[in-house]
Amino acid sequence: MAVLSKEEAKKILEKVISFSKAEGCTTNLNGNERGNIRYARNSVNTAGENSNVALSVQSYFGKKSGSASINEFDDASLEKVVRRSEELAQLAPENPEFVEPLSAQTYGGESKTWTEATANITPEYRAKAAADSINPAASKDVTAAGYLEDSHGFNAMMNTKGLYAYNKDTGVDLTVTMRTNEGTGSGWAARTLNDVSKLNTAAISNIAIEKALKSRNAKAIEPGKYTVVLEASAAADLVRLMLNLNARQADEGRSFLSKKGGGTKLGEKLVDERVNIYTDPWNDEVPASPWSGDGQARKRMDLIKNGAVANLTYDRYWATQKNVAPTPNPGNAIMDGGTASLEDMIRDTRRGILVTRFWYIRAVDPQTLLYTGLTRDGTFYIENGKIMYPVKNFRFNESPIIMLNNLETLGKQERAVTSEGNPNGLIPSMKIRDFTFTSLSDAI
Amino acid sequence: MQLAGMGAGALMLPPFASMANEVDPADLLNPWIDVAQKKQLADIALNTTKSLGATYTDVRIGRYLSQAVSTREKRVQGISNTESYGVGIRVIANGTWGFAATNTVSPDGIKKAAERAVAIAKANSKFQKEPVKLAPNSSYGEVSWRTPIRKNGFEIPVKEKVDLLLAANAKAMDKGASFINSQIALINEQKYFASSEGSYIDQDVFRIYPTFSVTSIDRQSGQFKNRQALSTPVGMGYEYLDGNAADKIQAPGGVILYNKSYDIVEDASIAADQVKEMVAAKSVEPGKYDLVLDPSHLWLTIHESVGHPTELDRVLGYEANYAGTSFLTLDKWQSKKFNYGSKQVNIVADKTQVGSLGAVGYDDEGVKCKSWDIVKDGILVNYQAIRDQVNIIDQKESHGCCYSQSWADVQFQRMANISLQPGKEKVSPEQMIANVEKGIYIVKDGSFSIDQQRYNFQFGGVLFFEIKNGKIAGMLKDVAYQANTQEFWNSCAQICDESDYRLGGAFNDGKGQPGQVSAVSHGSATARFNGINVINTGRTI
Repeated sequence: MAVLSKEEAKKILEKVISFSKAEGCTTNLNGNERGNIRYARNSVNTAGENSNVALSVQSYFGKKSGSASINEFDDASLEKVVRRSEELAQLAPENPEFVEPLSAQTYGGESKTWTEATANITPEYRAKAAADSINPAASKDVTAAGYLEDSHGFNAMMNTKGLYAYNKDTGVDLTVTMRTNEGTGSGWAARTLNDVSKLNTAAISNIAIEKALKSRNAKAIEPGKYTVVLEASAAADLVRLMLNLNARQADEGRSFLSKKGGGTKLGEKLVDERVNIYTDPWNDEVPASPWSGDGQARKRMDLIKNGAVANLTYDRYWATQKNVAPTPNPGNAIMDGGTASLEDMIRDTRRGILVTRFWYIRAVDPQTLLYTGLTRDGTFYIENGKIMYPVKNFRFNESPIIMLNNLETLGKQERAVTSEGNPNGLIPSMKIRDFTFTSLSDAI
Repeated sequence: MQLAGMGAGALMLPPFASMANEVDPADLLNPWIDVAQKKQLADIALNTTKSLGATYTDVRIGRYLSQAVSTREKRVQGISNTESYGVGIRVIANGTWGFAATNTVSPDGIKKAAERAVAIAKANSKFQKEPVKLAPNSSYGEVSWRTPIRKNGFEIPVKEKVDLLLAANAKAMDKGASFINSQIALINEQKYFASSEGSYIDQDVFRIYPTFSVTSIDRQSGQFKNRQALSTPVGMGYEYLDGNAADKIQAPGGVILYNKSYDIVEDASIAADQVKEMVAAKSVEPGKYDLVLDPSHLWLTIHESVGHPTELDRVLGYEANYAGTSFLTLDKWQSKKFNYGSKQVNIVADKTQVGSLGAVGYDDEGVKCKSWDIVKDGILVNYQAIRDQVNIIDQKESHGCCYSQSWADVQFQRMANISLQPGKEKVSPEQMIANVEKGIYIVKDGSFSIDQQRYNFQFGGVLFFEIKNGKIAGMLKDVAYQANTQEFWNSCAQICDESDYRLGGAFNDGKGQPGQVSAVSHGSATARFNGINVINTGRTI
């Protein structure tokens, strides 16, 4: 039941709409099935599966709206949820920001977000993945901890103005942390994919094992400003933080995109002119749903073009206030890369730091997008084009805006996994000058 | 804690139970099934798993309610009412844990979930290297516990909440604020626990969190600042919003702080004045300062630098791939001489503290809650551990800090309220500041970050006051302090007395994969830390 086809979902939603007595309503039907396996201390700790389908209805009368949801699908339940949303709408205060639903939209064909292989993952597959991580670790005096989660599901939306949108997607996420048994080395590697047939758990686990072994007995060096070579995950950890291009916050004066004296930085140069970031739901590597949560059709759109702010995102209410076209919420972010490999960038570095990834990144100042966080799981000192030795982890205080103004070289693009959250991003590794490390950490 | 998205080993949103459905607010007051029915349903699970060979079973039948009312300036932005109910069944079979949950709260639905839990345990036992060892626990029979509230927030009409928030917003806007966003969030966990060891525990847990953020923008300079509410989430009823005069504290720097009762309208009005001062404040000169930290700020430093590293599952490596491990390896505890902090530092874990977020009668594996020492006279003396962990530290009794965010998630070790005990000597914050030559007085938590083993941290705040020769010398901005956990706690020079003791906390401490949130409080009195490294966070882009 959890993953309904386009026609099955449509049939249910048409029935829901037929019960509506409100001025109008929007209905959402979502379902997914998830499976996971978690291991630590070279042993599986938990494994499980769950599935859920939920229907929500938002009814409106004028600018008053109310929502209700349910996970039962007999006719009486469908009618009940519609009536309940209508009662809540009648009781609700007027919302001056309420915007009527969209009429029928054109979404440009089937998306690339679904693969059959991922939808067919079994508990045995997950157990084997854990074994492919644990066994090589154990043979090298390393302790594995990791987590594999897969999902397949669908989202559908219909309203009383004739809009119907449907998309189904699959995803698999693997993160692996390897720690040496004597306690001085730690490595990490991760993948996030729509298609599990591209996942090689053993290979990813080996990257993490190698990082752990190479990072043993790290030396302390002074914090300060360093040239850094950021692997794609580390780069994505910071680049994702500048992708909230919300127009309303900028117009209101409370964003890094607000301008001194009023107005926004739309069209202004923000970072190095080699920086180009765009969104495109049809990208093969990081596909996204062809429609956003409010039903708008997504399309390719520049976010940063030649270092300048190319577009701000306007929700439908704010767009009416500013008399511009609304912008669908982007489903992915793609930053153009260069041709340099990590090895090339290391070879061209006289003195610098190679960063595997960052950790516990939190905002310090929303005005300048200053963030703090730490390096983790493989930080190495580079001298005269060579990795010399592992170094203790650093705390940084840096803004992605300042960082991308200090761009030296763009590396190759990767579908990057970040420390927290999944940005669905294709981000290059990169070399940056004058990156600000403010203190040392003893953490391994 | 993070304002959006996920957090790891930190604090994260959303605070509400998973798989929750939007409902009519009136439904939140409907009594659910009675205790006798819950017992009947639980017994079906207990009998099913026993017949399939489980050696231990616990059943949690849960109904989780939430309400959130959000406004900005003159308008209501959202009113959300959610309900989530179902059953989670955890078993030990072949020495291995198994768990299954269902939202079909019927004899048949529960029987099927019970069968699945045993099947999963048996399947997982193939990978198990160390069979589960459960510490003994008493059988409590049929007992109940309820958060001691005076006013059930769910019974207060939504309109009353909207009116209160809009009144606070109006005060701030009248005082010249550029923007204000405000919210009241309520939680009610109705939890029934039954185990194969003979406990049937019915609990009704309440929490509330009113808050706001006032923004001031100087269009000329393009600068803006946010001043957050000086409230805290608490394990109380709607009486927290009474704003009793007896719970107001006149603090240094003209700050009004709140203890067990909060005045949101007054605080919003003061915030509108303070946020303008924050924009115009002097940028801090980096260097070493003596910090005087108010409990509204210090709770988060305690949470990150004491709460998390003393969780035994982190110490053992179970969280290595997500929240991280801990610098507090077992040898440090075994030595009985690991100097966590100075002699003044006494830290207690407590699951019973009235008004705290972590307070319950029994934890989510049926252990009666208690308090215990974590740091005694500066020395590490214990960890936080649950029934299947305490044998590792040679203890015979669980600490009673097992929790699950909902019926649908498996329970595991979560942080108890971890609090710094007040000093024995009678000292007020004013007297403390009078002895500081060069320092900063910090009110309310702000930016925060700590490494995966909890050595190196950086904290910001909301209100910063320069202390010069024993006196407050105006507001500062761009302040953050960096320290090493052990060095920081060893620099603790003085703690105010119990009359200044207050709680801070969060609804949304995150841990585990798949992630779960938990609510936790941390108490302290104002405390002084000498010679801490302060950096300037001002930048130009």
